Amino acid sequence: MPSYLIREHQVEKEQHDILSEVTSGDYKYGFVTDIEMETAPKGLNEDIIRFISSKKNEPAWMLEYRLKSYRKWLEMTPPGWAHLKINDIDYQDIIYYAAPKPKKELQSLDEVDPELLRTFEKLGISLEEQKRLSGVAVDAVIDSVSVKTTFSETLAGLGIIFCSFSEAVQKHPELVKQYMGMAVPYGDNYFAALNSAVFSDGSFCYIPKGVRCPIELSTYFRINAAGTGQFERTLIVADEGSYVSYMEGCTAPMRDENQLHAAVVEILAMKDAEVKYSTVQNWYPGNKKGEGGIYNFVTKRGICKGNNSKISWTQVETGSAITWKYPSVVLLGDHTTGEFYSVAVTNHHQQADTGTKMIHLGKHTKSTIISKGISAGLSNNSYRGLVRMGKKAEQSRNFSQCDSLLLGDQCGAHTFPYIKVENKSSIVEHEATTSKISDEQLFYCMQRGIGTESAIGLIVNGYAKEVLNKLPMEFAVEAQKLLSVSLEGSVG
Amino acid sequence: MLSIKNLHVSVHHKEIIRGLSLEVNAGEVHAIMGPNGTGKSTLAAVIAGKEVFEVTSGEIIYKSRNLLEMAVEERASEGIFLGFQYPVEIPGVSMTNFMKTAVNEQRKYKGLDPLTASEFLALMEAKKKLVDIQSKLTNRSVNEGFSGGEKKKNEIFQMAMLEPTLAILDETDSGLDIDALKVVANGVNALRRPDNAFIVITHYQRLLDYIVPDVVHVLYEGRIVKTGGKELALELEEKGYEWLKESNS
Ligand SMILES: Nc1ncnc2c1ncn2[C@@H]1O[C@H](COP(=O)(O)OP(=O)(O)O)[C@@H](O)[C@H]1O
Ligand SMILES: [Mg+2]
Repeated sequence: MPSYLIREHQVEKEQHDILSEVTSGDYKYGFVTDIEMETAPKGLNEDIIRFISSKKNEPAWMLEYRLKSYRKWLEMTPPGWAHLKINDIDYQDIIYYAAPKPKKELQSLDEVDPELLRTFEKLGISLEEQKRLSGVAVDAVIDSVSVKTTFSETLAGLGIIFCSFSEAVQKHPELVKQYMGMAVPYGDNYFAALNSAVFSDGSFCYIPKGVRCPIELSTYFRINAAGTGQFERTLIVADEGSYVSYMEGCTAPMRDENQLHAAVVEILAMKDAEVKYSTVQNWYPGNKKGEGGIYNFVTKRGICKGNNSKISWTQVETGSAITWKYPSVVLLGDHTTGEFYSVAVTNHHQQADTGTKMIHLGKHTKSTIISKGISAGLSNNSYRGLVRMGKKAEQSRNFSQCDSLLLGDQCGAHTFPYIKVENKSSIVEHEATTSKISDEQLFYCMQRGIGTESAIGLIVNGYAKEVLNKLPMEFAVEAQKLLSVSLEGSVG
Repeated sequence: MLSIKNLHVSVHHKEIIRGLSLEVNAGEVHAIMGPNGTGKSTLAAVIAGKEVFEVTSGEIIYKSRNLLEMAVEERASEGIFLGFQYPVEIPGVSMTNFMKTAVNEQRKYKGLDPLTASEFLALMEAKKKLVDIQSKLTNRSVNEGFSGGEKKKNEIFQMAMLEPTLAILDETDSGLDIDALKVVANGVNALRRPDNAFIVITHYQRLLDYIVPDVVHVLYEGRIVKTGGKELALELEEKGYEWLKESNS
């Protein structure tokens, strides 16, 4: 989440930090006026949806979209095919609207859970970031607002729209109306329908024709970004010949009172456009006994609409009690490219069922899938992927590599590759391996003075390297540390 | 520096080392020779702390401490280095990253600050020269796709990087051509100092033409059956190991 822009200011900030820590007793402008809290009653019905829509001051078409989605959702049942054990979710026991509430502000890091601070330290997160993430009051002078402002001015100059989804509904209704639901229709699946009915907020991004976005777009920079919500909605549209690299998520552990998360991400790439989407997911996975933890049901799909367009998904999944996520690409245009690079780590009682779908419809289309599953503890980690070569997708190719790494012998790794080829000129290649961290490898590291935890970190990062290399530099360093931290205590 | 007394070691209830004693002082080079399967690698692994090997009796004192109570990585940071007979591959982990982690973990153990990237690279360049290792080797993943000779040279390179007090080289000479053998020997000779020691395990006396040992031991069926000067190695070369069997049965 912190980006290189922030890093540049870091030295200066750290000095400020020390200063403000020393004098924190005198800083009183940590106070935030009590925002009027407005919360919908528990449960879901059409009135609740009207309430959400009116709170957000939405146009009629948006409300209609939500209602239509809700009615569809009522007819649907949760999918049962994933390799997951899920307790029944009581959808009437959930609050679907709460005005964004500021985290309770703390006066200094001393008030933060020491366990959390240790994790921050291991992840190499700066003091400044630590404070921001754990809700400690940050001095106005060193707040990153000014950085964010310069940042958004740069973007505006290029005609790039990057704002919250709610803001886009107000300011760019024609774009939202045109593209929303194009990649993930409201009735696509149970969780997508639910999201389409009740989505809280998220990000909207539009890159105009021929524009190369000069910076990694990170949700971190979105002005007024409220904390990531339960039902996020992201829409990225890359117009002809444009390019954008977009990052979402955060390596720092994220806690949330809401157990159920159902996000939707849609990407549309027009002719000659390229979208690189990277994410790190580190939601609270529950405790070591498997209690609590976030259920994360995400629908992510991109459409390579125009010829020669390219969409690539890179994900590092370490959090959540349950992860259900299949970022997909529909290769509609000719000569389009879809990529999926994934590292999914499960430890303790975590369960992940993740993978991708590459739907080849255009001619000469190409897709690559590299999936690295790492399971430890009592966890279960499944790769589920579909590669489909349509009748007209002549001369298309897919290469899939699905590797599983096991730590210990009580965890599970599963691979479910589905392949459908409907023409004769396309080639699909699938490779899969399962391996273990060997005692020999660990001993070799330890004999050089490297402790068990670092040794595991080293070996696991080596294993996941191909994927980590696809992340923006900045993110990659943090992701590496995250992998090590996630697997702590998994051997020995 | 190292004192082993009446050591007995079993693996899966099978006794492999059967009453072995050995004294190694600072500044010395010891050679351990002996036929295959007599426990040479086992001895090396026990000193390094490999867990599958169970010490059933006896003691190992290293730098006046009970070595058997120390964790593997602690032994390493205290200066014990094992050059493996069969170095393992670690895919995706570059030699540079691996060595940087090792050097800095050992520094941390000693209460020193980690080396900066440039200090580390300078150190690596210096050591590469010392052991005549090619640059590209350190860019590759640990031992991955290395030829036999490259793996062995890489062990010597790591030894040079970590500057151990007690280095045990387990058949580092096996399978090497004469040039590679010289590289290994030159590495050892360049690192010899009055305050460190080497245990060179070898099957052939060939290596000992280049690394001149102070003491030569013959290990046979889990015991040291003969100890002598460097001439013992020549004697073994001439007579083979057959005569040992007779004199010990
Ligand atoms: N991990 C192990 N499990 C079972 N037996 C082992 C193991 N390691 C070594 N041994 C046995 O111990 C004996 C000594 O082996 P080793 O120390 O490798 O001999 P050397 O290095 O002298 O050739 C051999 O009989 C070998 O089969
Ligand atoms: Mg051996």
